[in-house]
Amino acid sequence: MKFAVLERNGFTEVSAHGRLNMISAPMLKAEVSRAIELGHRRIVLNLGETEFMDSSGLGALVGCLKAARQAGGDLRIANVREQVQMVLKLTSMDRILTPYGDVEDAYRNA
Amino acid sequence: MMSIHAIRIVAALTVVMGLIYITWRWTASLNWDAWWIALPLVAAETYSLIDVALFSLTIWRMSNREVAPTAPQGLTVDVFITTYNEDPELVLETTRAALAIRYPHTTWVLDDGARPEMRAAAERLGAGYVSRGSEWQGKPRHAKAGNLNNALHETQGEFVLILDADQIPRPEILDQTLGYFNNRRVAFVQTPQWFGNVPENDPLGSQAPLFYGPIQQGKDGWNAAFFCGSNAVLRREALMQLGLAGYVEDTERRVSRALTAGRRVLRTARRRPEARDPNVAALLARVEAALAEGSRRLDSGDSFGDATYFVQADVDAAVRTLVARDLEAASADAAALRAELAEFEDEALGDDPAELDAAVDRLVARDLSPLGALESVRALLDAVSVERLHEAQPIMPLSTISVTEDMSTSMRLHASGWRSVYHHEILAVGLAPEDLPSMLTQRLRWAQGTVQVMLRENPLNMRGLSWPQRLMYFATMWSYLSGFAAVVYFAGPLAYLLFGVLPVHALSTAFFERFVPFMVLNQILFVLVAQGAKTWRGQQYSLALFPTWIRACTSAAANVWFGRPLGFAVTPKSRGERRRALPLVWPQAILAVLLIVGCVTGVIRWGFGLSQGLGTVVNIVWAIFDVVLLSVLVGAARYQGYEPRAVADKEEV
Repeated sequence: MKFAVLERNGFTEVSAHGRLNMISAPMLKAEVSRAIELGHRRIVLNLGETEFMDSSGLGALVGCLKAARQAGGDLRIANVREQVQMVLKLTSMDRILTPYGDVEDAYRNA
Repeated sequence: MMSIHAIRIVAALTVVMGLIYITWRWTASLNWDAWWIALPLVAAETYSLIDVALFSLTIWRMSNREVAPTAPQGLTVDVFITTYNEDPELVLETTRAALAIRYPHTTWVLDDGARPEMRAAAERLGAGYVSRGSEWQGKPRHAKAGNLNNALHETQGEFVLILDADQIPRPEILDQTLGYFNNRRVAFVQTPQWFGNVPENDPLGSQAPLFYGPIQQGKDGWNAAFFCGSNAVLRREALMQLGLAGYVEDTERRVSRALTAGRRVLRTARRRPEARDPNVAALLARVEAALAEGSRRLDSGDSFGDATYFVQADVDAAVRTLVARDLEAASADAAALRAELAEFEDEALGDDPAELDAAVDRLVARDLSPLGALESVRALLDAVSVERLHEAQPIMPLSTISVTEDMSTSMRLHASGWRSVYHHEILAVGLAPEDLPSMLTQRLRWAQGTVQVMLRENPLNMRGLSWPQRLMYFATMWSYLSGFAAVVYFAGPLAYLLFGVLPVHALSTAFFERFVPFMVLNQILFVLVAQGAKTWRGQQYSLALFPTWIRACTSAAANVWFGRPLGFAVTPKSRGERRRALPLVWPQAILAVLLIVGCVTGVIRWGFGLSQGLGTVVNIVWAIFDVVLLSVLVGAARYQGYEPRAVADKEEV
């Protein structure tokens, strides 16, 4: 799994390329923690290149959300693919995290 | 299997005869003059008949998985050895055996005692070591479930083999179990728990050949095999899904309640004289509006993440404005409140929704000032957020609602559609308690945990479970109520032998022709099902330990309903200091004496013509049977622990 961090207008975009599963979940957590330590507070996770996610991956999302909130910021997800959309729905995780259509939409309302 | 048909016929006959008997008992036999014993006795008999019916259902379609499917190559497996305070040598012996498991895997020692020497020793052997991190400080630890959940977050294997510290695995344990996971819906494979330090006559009733045999095979037949905490392989994905579902459910419940509770606190605050200040009033109104908006957003389908973020940001802004106004005495007020609220958060936000309600009531009753009200709303929102701050981990894969996390976890797995397997082959050998006090502690814990689960998540109305699955869980829970029935079965003969009181009208042909066939069939069923396994010890203990079972029920009920602590103790694995046994089994000792006195009294009363011969004989037989049941405790109390040499000698002969 590969990550890219991009400073955008008013938020930070973290893109995750590859499969987010039990192996790569800790990497995502580490990546987001690093971004938070560097002072990024409002984070959008761009999942456009994340072709697969399992429950450990979803667990990592919750971990990242917790880290961002505790730093006084937030974590949002955007640009999810079909499989990820499905697991979000299956686990009801979409009731916690809104999957935004586009990275730009994530912080539009706040 | 030729015998499954025989078993079914006998099972069906037993239940039919039982129904005939119990119907007659309720409708035609009760001695209302002695209702105080007649009613409890017929209730106890009804209890036992239900037990028999559930047992019959259990063994109706016993699974027969003789050969395990071949384990596919390339799976990733973590082997977890859970320890708390066991002797490091014992843990290391298990660790060595775990490292020697043939299928490629990673071995981890999960040390809840966080002992540096344990870490050093485990790492010397080449095993991994996990203990809890700083995130657990000041948070509920959830005993073994917490230990496992912590390790699940530290590791990455697709499958997890869980072993208690004393369960020495055989090298083929993974080869014999992983194949079942070819079925992608299988969440776990349980294998038997068998103890190597138990003599032939098993004085403490440690082996459970009926449970790790026909009962688990029967449950397996209904896709309801139980996960029993050790010697089981679990699929990480299934556990993580369970953790996620629990997180979402808990977060939704908490956030919704916090929004409502916050508005209640505010409404009370607005009635205070200080709230007449226009600035304060405006602020209070604004926060109340924010909370209302939060609820509205949730109702209109917003996610909990977004809604809570909005509310928190808005309330924060409101509080900042208020503080900026530099109100007189405000900061002192707020500091005092924060101290109170810290305590509130700690104690109030456990798993129980009723506790949250009670805590909010206390907050409201505290007559908060307006600033205090804002602070308390913030505290509520902080504590009840999407971060699950009252727990060390937001995602908790293993259930934490009970001290027997295993049963609760498997019930939830079944309820979310996962399948399970019971593989009937001994693949690990453990150590059983070697003295009566340790054994009693262990049985009490199992029973408490089971009753806790029954009271917290009643399987009978658990969505997602099939009816047979519900009944399989209920059957085990039901069996732990036997303590109450046992008391009645002990009191029955005493009532007649000491006082001449008979709970039935008469010991007539009508009684015997209904009772005897039921009883005989019941025993035949038992023998058929046990298939040579020694089940007598289990039968003795299920009645002889009635004080333990009753205490388990009352303490678990007090815990679930009134939040009282269970008095939980870790089962000692090594023989500790020998405690005296008699203080632990005095109710049984008194009963045995009473029963013997009863027999003598019964004969004397008969001699004086105060009672009839048949009644006396029947009740003496009954009393002797009771004493024989209780006698198991004599051997248990005198048991000096396992002597391996005795077995070795016997094998040589």
